[in-house]
Amino acid sequence: MTSRLGDDAATATSTLETMWLIRRFEEAVDDLFARGLMHGTMHLSIGQEASATGTCFALRDDDAITSTHRGHGHCIAKGADLERMMAELLAKETGYCRGRGGSMHIADVATGNLGANGIVAGGIPIAAGAALGYRMQGLDRVVVSFFGDGAANEGAFHEAVNLAAIWKLPVVFLCENNKYGMSFSTEKSFAIENISERALGYGIPGVTVDGNDVEVVHATVSEAVDRARSGGGPTLVEAVTYRWKGHSKSDKNLYRTKEEIAQWRERDPILRFEAVVLERGVLDQAAVEEIRARATADIRTAVRAANAAPTPAPTTFSKPSSRPPERQP
Amino acid sequence: MTTTYPSPDLTGTAPTATTDRVITYAEAVREALAEAMAADDRVFMLGEDIGVYGGAFGVTGDLYHRFGAERVRDTPISELGIVGAAVGAALAGMRPVVEIQFSDFTCQAMDQIVNQAAKIHFMLGGAAEVPMVLRAPLGSGTGAAAQHSQSLEAWFAHVPGLKVVMPATAEDAKGLLLSAIDDPNPVIVLEHKLLYRTSGPVPEGAGRIPLGKTAVRRRGRDVTIVATGVMVSRSLEAAEQLAADGIDVSVIDPRTLSPLDDAPILEDISRTGRALLVQEAPGHVGFMAEVASRVVESSAVYRLLAPVRRLSGLDIPIPYAPQLESAAVPQVDAIIDAARSLVKDS
Repeated sequence: MTSRLGDDAATATSTLETMWLIRRFEEAVDDLFARGLMHGTMHLSIGQEASATGTCFALRDDDAITSTHRGHGHCIAKGADLERMMAELLAKETGYCRGRGGSMHIADVATGNLGANGIVAGGIPIAAGAALGYRMQGLDRVVVSFFGDGAANEGAFHEAVNLAAIWKLPVVFLCENNKYGMSFSTEKSFAIENISERALGYGIPGVTVDGNDVEVVHATVSEAVDRARSGGGPTLVEAVTYRWKGHSKSDKNLYRTKEEIAQWRERDPILRFEAVVLERGVLDQAAVEEIRARATADIRTAVRAANAAPTPAPTTFSKPSSRPPERQP
Repeated sequence: MTTTYPSPDLTGTAPTATTDRVITYAEAVREALAEAMAADDRVFMLGEDIGVYGGAFGVTGDLYHRFGAERVRDTPISELGIVGAAVGAALAGMRPVVEIQFSDFTCQAMDQIVNQAAKIHFMLGGAAEVPMVLRAPLGSGTGAAAQHSQSLEAWFAHVPGLKVVMPATAEDAKGLLLSAIDDPNPVIVLEHKLLYRTSGPVPEGAGRIPLGKTAVRRRGRDVTIVATGVMVSRSLEAAEQLAADGIDVSVIDPRTLSPLDDAPILEDISRTGRALLVQEAPGHVGFMAEVASRVVESSAVYRLLAPVRRLSGLDIPIPYAPQLESAAVPQVDAIIDAARSLVKDS
């Protein structure tokens, strides 16, 4: 049995800190967009911090993830550098993709983030392939593929889950069911109650959990990761959660009610975890306040540093097609 | 059907023949795969029926028995999943070689080819590479009709981040594939299914042929034919017959469509003053349209004695009836007629 994230002060602190960093990062992004200081588009995961954090905290540093267009949380929880992330969103040369990728394409292979993805379900087969690659090299790494409810209706999901199932690949398929594929609700886009039921068709375990409870997500994913690492094959985990903000900046929220959003805000995964650790006496109010303040300060620092960074010059285009082969066996 | 084609002119780019060994194009592909897998544990294959079955066109043959089921990996029929798995394995440090049974089926895998594999290196600012190869047979002539006979090379060549190779000889089939496997980023290798059973000289120990190097197959005085895939051998055959009529033809094979080494093409056209561009694919927005553009954008345009002429497949899906199928794409006679009229009209 895995110990709970809120059982000791050190783990509780880093869990809470990670969730606050995700929240503050995205609030800063939201603000920068609103003030016209950031271009492009954005997809915020505010309200979903527990599924990213609980999942990534079940992984070793050398385990890997693939992520989605709503991937800031996954990226931060897997250990990405905040300044380089912010620099990428601000289209700077110091960003993770040197200004070529933006929010939807951040990868950090060094921390095991094999990439966010602008294509719904695009990262799912890649996760299966990475798991195959690690296993063929004799590495006992596990890959978690994050995707949303919308992706579970794409062919890529079905092909990848089947491949991983027949080859017993060390993958955890982590579906963040935030209730809407853009504006289309899961009630309308699925004829099944739980997306995890799809696991049955592939002969793998499937489980649906409260995605706003970071400890439950962590415990469930830990079990799935153990199974994957020990050769038991993939698991489909459905974390039921909710995005408070719109799909992207153009979203007028015509497809859902203010009441519905308010109801889910009541179930804020961060405040909920704070209440748990306070109640258990693992952290006191002062410690919690300090974590919040530190996250706010860290994000401010990241924004300031990223703003000061140089923008990429069009003369520095990376040209992969003209790059000579690096290896002559 | 066994035809022998002349060895390409590889001035300064490839080993010269030391033996007269002649093998089939399919054997040459298999030899490249075997050598690459033997030399590097990271190289492995993924595809439908490539294991015990030996590949739908017999290309993988006995590789399954030599390298095992892990490295010659049979997959379910799921092209998108296969290519995606290759992208992931490449990111994880492997060197996957995917076989798509018919190049038409790449349509099922386009997201992973176009949006993932092709873009990752650039999109991540150079932070990651995707060293994968996708092999797929293209072309008509087998009576397999519209969904198994297409030539989609222009689609791939249009996507930045993909290298596209179309080997026309056995030696190129081996040498270009070895270079493709070495390449740190995705390479699409389009093999012509009519060429698999043709033979050509592949010297013992023949090695890599660099990507992005055009081959001059035949040097002539009067007309430059630029051709790809199976059109290379048809053009060479046409050239032989034209020579009997006193028309001396160059045949140039770009081999790599992207990136395109256009200098030898433009040089030869400047010399002959006449360009006949031959492709099996439909002409509209095809690869030879790019070649034609490069001619008119270069100083070769001032040397032209006649307008650039394209001879392409018709702008129709490939039909089933043999008479219709062969009439839908350039045959030797059509190449002869086009070259002759190009000379006569100028």
